[in-house]
Amino acid sequence: MTMSDNLIDIRHLKKYFNVSSGLLHAVDDVSLTIPRGKTLGLVGESGCGKSTLGRVIIGLIKETAGEVFFNGEDATKFSGEKRAEFRRHAQIVFQDPFSSLNPRMSVSQLISEPLIINKSCKSKAELDAKVAELMDLVGLASRLTTSFPHELDGGRRQRIGIARALALNPEFIVLDEPVSALDVCIQAQVLNLLADLRESRGYTYLFISHNLSVVRYVSDEVAVMYLGKVVEKADNSTLFRQPLHPYTQALLSAVPIASVGPKKQRIILEGDVPSPVNPPAGCRFAGRCMYRQEICTQQTPELVEVEPNHFVACHCTGHLVRHA
Amino acid sequence: MSENKDILLDIRDLSVQFNTDSGVVKAVNHLNMHLERGKSLGFVGETGAGKTTTALSILQLVQTPPGEITGGEILFNGQDVRKMTDAEKRRLRGGDVSMIFQDPMTSLNPIMTVEDQITEMVQLHLNLKGEAARERAIEMLRLVGIRPERAKDFPHQFSGGMRQRVVIAIALACRPQLIIADEPTTALDVTIQAQVLELIKKLQQSEKTSMLLITHDLGIVAETCDTVAIMYAGHLVEYADIKSLYTNPKHPYTQGLFNAVPTLESPLGSRLAVIPGLPPDPTNLPKGCSFSPRCPYAQPICHEKACGMREIEPGHFVDCHFPLTPESGNKFLEHPAKEAE
Repeated sequence: MTMSDNLIDIRHLKKYFNVSSGLLHAVDDVSLTIPRGKTLGLVGESGCGKSTLGRVIIGLIKETAGEVFFNGEDATKFSGEKRAEFRRHAQIVFQDPFSSLNPRMSVSQLISEPLIINKSCKSKAELDAKVAELMDLVGLASRLTTSFPHELDGGRRQRIGIARALALNPEFIVLDEPVSALDVCIQAQVLNLLADLRESRGYTYLFISHNLSVVRYVSDEVAVMYLGKVVEKADNSTLFRQPLHPYTQALLSAVPIASVGPKKQRIILEGDVPSPVNPPAGCRFAGRCMYRQEICTQQTPELVEVEPNHFVACHCTGHLVRHA
Repeated sequence: MSENKDILLDIRDLSVQFNTDSGVVKAVNHLNMHLERGKSLGFVGETGAGKTTTALSILQLVQTPPGEITGGEILFNGQDVRKMTDAEKRRLRGGDVSMIFQDPMTSLNPIMTVEDQITEMVQLHLNLKGEAARERAIEMLRLVGIRPERAKDFPHQFSGGMRQRVVIAIALACRPQLIIADEPTTALDVTIQAQVLELIKKLQQSEKTSMLLITHDLGIVAETCDTVAIMYAGHLVEYADIKSLYTNPKHPYTQGLFNAVPTLESPLGSRLAVIPGLPPDPTNLPKGCSFSPRCPYAQPICHEKACGMREIEPGHFVDCHFPLTPESGNKFLEHPAKEAE
């Protein structure tokens, strides 16, 4: 298995944190694959473990258990030069371009930092040329070379974050809420940039967001997370056309629609997301679910394929399919 | 403007500026709008468009210096808040007008129980004392769906959605005539946002309160408001009832705003049509219409002279020399903008 079709293949990945009140199940037995050149959208509410999952995949956080196959090799076992190489190939763009850039470094210093650390350029001239190329690629004007982050708006700052991630020619990029901190018009510009880059360079993305409309716009496949678990995964059009998990249905119905006219039926969920510390047995969503049966609080539902390439973790799926 | 409407808030020709070291920031320029009793107005625009400054002006909370209200009137129940005495202003703030802020983490006092925070307001504005004030606090908590046994808890013991409910309870405790909600759900998750919006709508209807809802989310406005005002670079550019504005936007900026937001209905695989460029520097607004440098419909006159607000259909105001018609098409789509400068 040297050149797999799946660039990323995550198997039974777990990440638990020890906190004073017990064991926090941030990521609990997640298995996902991302085909080369495709975008997997990962949606869920705050605290569901989506950012932790993204960081564990690229090795920023050590996993508790499980494997992450990158190009068919288990990246969790990498060490030394092999690990450094993996880190070059798997990059991340962070949510907040206001806090993720060093305020005392200029645009060119910020973009050249990864190149210098990895000794990718032999001469100053080569480095400058590479920085100029990256700035052009992400749409930053060359007059901004000596600017500092505080002089730039959020959209330009996020372009710097993207340029830093692209500097080492990665194959895989985790985009952790890359447009959440941006105004809608700037958001549209950055989304178009990410789409263009994927098209021209063949990147594989994991796009993490709480914004369903944005995820729908950028993704080929979508996985929905709730309290550390993936509850549903399907290709983009299927998931948004026919969501099967009660949580996905509620999530989609909660998005306000920017049009006038007849309103869709809204499912208002009762209560809040429970704590991920020492979660109870059974389905994590059972406490807020309107289809709850006895089995839901006793047994954890497995993610099963209910129709080709549509996976749902729900005991009541059969019932839901009939009513969908 | 017909006089038979029951107008609660009437802002006339309001201008606000900030005198900063880098120049004069014209935050709000000649703004006119009004809000009827029991109705809600959505106030939409990007960061720095002047939405919050307008809201703070209503409460006379614009910090002076550097801020300065340079002109206009803000009539609340017919009385100009700019001419109010300090005692009248105190009654206005939190009494007749209350504000819900964006971030429930920072707008609550971390070392007071939620019950005490509501009681404090009630004692101040409703003249209730002791047990009566406490009862009103518990009643408010119950109204927003918080069980009375949690009244003695501190803000950090609540989740984000619950905290925002507490803020709403405080805002409504004194039966205000107007609620100003500044991005009330931006810090919340979508399922919690749906709960909170549902709650605000329900309470607003039962208490007959007017609301000014500041947001950048056109979806929230469509589901909550009666009228909508779009702001760009300190200017109101379009102002109409929801139905008219959403089905028939007249200002190019409004059209661009609708294009830029991906929705659950937009076709898959298409590029988003973006508005080229960036909002102008507020210390150096362009000559003429402030949107003209980014406007694909702009004509020579747009760069020379601003149009000013005018009513082109009953109740539909727009600040544009060439308001869009259904025949205008969509030039943002025809010429996909190149983002790089």
